[in-house]
Amino acid sequence: MALSGLAFVGFVLGHMYGNLKAFSGHDAFNEYAHHLRELGEPMLPHMGFIWIMRGGLLLALIIHVACAIELTRRAKKARPVKYVVKKHTGAIPASRLMRWGGLTLFLFIVWHLVNFTFGKVNVQGGSTDDPYNLLVDTFDVWWMTLIYLAAMAMLGAHLHHGVWSSMQTLGLTGTAEARARVKTISFAIAILIAGGFSLVPIAVLTGLIER
Amino acid sequence: MNLTLKIWRQTDAVDKGKIHTYEVAGISQDMSFLEMLDVLNEQLNELGEEPIAFDSDCREGICGMCSLMINGEPHGPEVTTTCQLHMRSFNDGDTITIEPWRSGAFPVVKDLVVDRSAFDRIIQSGGYISANTGSAPEANSVPVPRDNAVRAFNVATCIGCGACVAACPNGSASLFLGAKITHLGELPQGQPERWSRVVDMTAQHDYEGFGGCTNIGECAAACPKEIPLDVISQLNRDLRTAMKHGH
Amino acid sequence: MTDMPDTTLTSDHSHDEPSAGAYDDASGYYTLGEPIADTKAPAGDIADRWQTRKFEARLVNPANRRKLSIIIVGTGLAGGAAAATLGEAGYNVKSFCYQDSPRRAHSIAAQGGINAAKNYKEDGDSTHRLFYDTVKGGDYRSRESNVYRLAEVSTNIIDQCVAQGVPFAREYGGLLDNRSFGGVQVSRTFYARGQTGQQLLIGAYQAMERQVKLGTVTEYTRHEMLEVIVADGQARGIIARDMVTGAIETHLADVVVLASGGYGNVFYLSTNAMGSNVTAAWRAHRKGAYMANPCYTQIHPTCIPVSGDHQSKLTLMSESLRNDGRIWVPKKAEDCAKDPRDIPEEDRDYYLERIYPSFGNLVPRDIASRQAKNMCDEGRGVGPMVGDFRRGVYLDFKDAIARLGKDAIEEKYDNLLDMYERITGENPYEVPMRIYPAVHYVMGGLWVDYDLQSSIKGLFVTGEANFSDHGANRLGASALMQGLADGYFVLPHTIRDYLSDGPFEEIGEDHPAVTEARADVEARIEKFLSINGSRSVDSFHRELGHIMWEYCGMERTAEGLRKAIDMIRELKREFWSDLKVLGTADSLNQSLEKAGRVADFIELGELMCIDALNRRESCGGHFRGESQTEDGEALRHDDEFAYVAAWEWGGDAASNDMGTPILHKEDLVYTAIEMKQRSYK
Repeated sequence: MALSGLAFVGFVLGHMYGNLKAFSGHDAFNEYAHHLRELGEPMLPHMGFIWIMRGGLLLALIIHVACAIELTRRAKKARPVKYVVKKHTGAIPASRLMRWGGLTLFLFIVWHLVNFTFGKVNVQGGSTDDPYNLLVDTFDVWWMTLIYLAAMAMLGAHLHHGVWSSMQTLGLTGTAEARARVKTISFAIAILIAGGFSLVPIAVLTGLIER
Repeated sequence: MNLTLKIWRQTDAVDKGKIHTYEVAGISQDMSFLEMLDVLNEQLNELGEEPIAFDSDCREGICGMCSLMINGEPHGPEVTTTCQLHMRSFNDGDTITIEPWRSGAFPVVKDLVVDRSAFDRIIQSGGYISANTGSAPEANSVPVPRDNAVRAFNVATCIGCGACVAACPNGSASLFLGAKITHLGELPQGQPERWSRVVDMTAQHDYEGFGGCTNIGECAAACPKEIPLDVISQLNRDLRTAMKHGH
Repeated sequence: MTDMPDTTLTSDHSHDEPSAGAYDDASGYYTLGEPIADTKAPAGDIADRWQTRKFEARLVNPANRRKLSIIIVGTGLAGGAAAATLGEAGYNVKSFCYQDSPRRAHSIAAQGGINAAKNYKEDGDSTHRLFYDTVKGGDYRSRESNVYRLAEVSTNIIDQCVAQGVPFAREYGGLLDNRSFGGVQVSRTFYARGQTGQQLLIGAYQAMERQVKLGTVTEYTRHEMLEVIVADGQARGIIARDMVTGAIETHLADVVVLASGGYGNVFYLSTNAMGSNVTAAWRAHRKGAYMANPCYTQIHPTCIPVSGDHQSKLTLMSESLRNDGRIWVPKKAEDCAKDPRDIPEEDRDYYLERIYPSFGNLVPRDIASRQAKNMCDEGRGVGPMVGDFRRGVYLDFKDAIARLGKDAIEEKYDNLLDMYERITGENPYEVPMRIYPAVHYVMGGLWVDYDLQSSIKGLFVTGEANFSDHGANRLGASALMQGLADGYFVLPHTIRDYLSDGPFEEIGEDHPAVTEARADVEARIEKFLSINGSRSVDSFHRELGHIMWEYCGMERTAEGLRKAIDMIRELKREFWSDLKVLGTADSLNQSLEKAGRVADFIELGELMCIDALNRRESCGGHFRGESQTEDGEALRHDDEFAYVAAWEWGGDAASNDMGTPILHKEDLVYTAIEMKQRSYK
């Protein structure tokens, strides 16, 4: 769970970096997108890096989901009778959103891949072969941006708890100080990633980025 | 003060059980929570209704016998055991919901009493240092750095009440387990069995049906002895090292 | 008593006025039996006796051990340590406790520490000094051979506990720390902050659980022993009730060990756990085990006072509070309800400083306790009205805070003051604390010989449940020492001498001794459930507690004790005719459990009063109003009472519901120590 989660953290950081290229304009963004396909050539075939990444991510996803299902199954079994009243003292809300948040993110990823990677759906009916234009067309639609922002909020929450939790699982938070430090770092990463991803759609919707 | 109590009643392990509502009057705020229940039980005895079964023994916060989920919090709203919780933490007219610990590994015996023998079995699986009586070397022959001794003590204060399990949304006993792993792992005497201990105890923990830890932290917040979350980190770390050692 | 100063004087019996010889206060309440003696302690130099006994005790071949079964009742320090050790040796052990886990036995609540004559501080400690302090602290009413052995094995206990991972306090260099405790002048107390009992018990518990896994120990939790099976003069098993299913079970064995703790709950309010009871010991007593010195009870002066009739138990606070706090009550009874901060200095009576100018607030436990009671009896107690008067005196830190600063006090006593605030809701930095004495430990218990064997063959008794080591008063940090000494180092050696004759001829569940014991237990349970009267068990227990506290508490008089005996007999009659226990026998029924315990407490209470009535002297935890010096201090009568009073059950049948108990005297002979009388002047 922790290791696959951390793989995702690495991925989304890179992904976010790429997204922010949108602020550099049409050509820079498309150039970046194109370069990803050529990364590693000639050692790797065309799209080689992308497929390695995709393979790795898929594996991480399978592990992550399998672990999540197992943990959920055990948790259900561990408390067959629910409390009538239960408070959640000591828990940050994010920690209790992990399962629903994970499911939400999963659905979002499916849609996101349909939207930008495999299906290439342009809700405005425009062209889909220009990544930058597809991006702008997508986020010009207010409800698309809203879905996206909601997903990013969920991602932030997921990371807020997830990063801390992975460090704890890896046994790297053995003192009160280390624990406080990791909690701060998780919060910072959550804000950084969720915030970083949100900048582009907001910028599109507010007209800061346009075709 | 006058209170409305919603209390889980269940005649035995197989009964389905349900919440019953009782009223108590004239409760002094100097009473402990359990003394308030004593008053209710006297009242029930008088009325011919069987008193409510609940566990308690030392009533000074150290034996770990008392339990009770009080308004959704193990041992109630203060960081202490139920026996040391006093009625001044409540207000006149309050409604208080009292339930047993809920865990598949702690089956309800009757009313608010649960069976926590799973904890004993976890200890049996490795929560000790093998040192037969009479075989011990002179006590001061192995110095223990003070910091290690202090940390070992701090986590050895666990009273085995099960509040961590009761609080955990996953029903995990990792805080209990981690406390014992950390206690014995901090001491030089605990080293020879350190790696087998963590593997065996974790296996027993899982076998008993406790849930997996997702580091939510409600356990540490509920712990009347304030065992910190870092024992779970230590548990994970030791487990990782043990696996590296081929256990 | 633990603060006993070193200014003791050699006793001079001509000063012991009046001699007790002229009285037989308990005449009519008892029958005098044959004297008894401990036949097991070897003669010779006291320092060699234990080595000699260990050598002379016969061995059991390791291959035979698993054929020998041992029942141990109780899982505190004495029972848990014994179960672990005997399991390690390879015997087949069955361990019983009424709690849901062996780890919860009440040894866990001991705060202060454990004594051991390690002499790590090089301050003059030695086995002999610990022996001497313990006998003296016990007011010369303990058996010297036993006490010497206790001091001797004390050092092994520390080694054993450290090896088990007990996290004792340590110095920066990594070596074990010690402190001086209870007024003794050497630092011999090992501790784990204020939770020494907990840490030692968890050590013994873990050792025992290891044996459970290895299959040598079987544990029976939520089981209560209700009868001992004595077949052909030998203890051969117990009848126990599974408290969850209500099943009455027969457990047979070659030997039975009672490690069932003390009976302080006879006072209803005490620092004991709610479930602590005398049933195991009392059932054995009724089957022939002598009960020794039952009147010796230790009352601790610094407990948090009773706040109302609802009170279910009392909480102890470390005596160290008296080092800096000043104890007082208002001079005028009409001030007692006032806010103490509004009572001017001249209207306060610092009574301990007034009566004992040289020791002041640091007088021994029993004196501090008795004077607090006197103040309250005079109507000058403080705090809420409980019953018809206020039970509490002030312990004031105002001067100490002014002198040392709040920070210093906080550092020294923080967790104690926090605990006080949590329980009382009052901030002790602003309002003087209120304290009151509470029953805390009983020195009396089942009579045992040097081998810890009771007067029933094959019934051994360890820890607080026996009488042997503390005389009339126990020193601080010695209860843990005795429990572990008995469990780890004494019983495993002495029991093998008995077991070397085994395995004994098998008895079946159809043996008359078994069927009779079972029938008795079943009939008793049936009786409790069928009386169908109007009063709850707790109401009887509370009433018994009041009687015991008033008349057999800190100060006892012949008149009061006779009155108490009458009241207890009346209470007993009422109990058996007006008890109301609801529920059934075949399920968890906490009222039913309590009924059995209270029934036994009532009978014990009567015996305690008779013992107290007989002992017309003041010694240790037993203060007879008729036996005090002009200054109100305890006065022993060594010429008359230097004996252990071992009481034999006299039967139920007499006109007063109870046969008169039979008193067997065991003379206390001191060869290694000289008897002295204490003094505080």
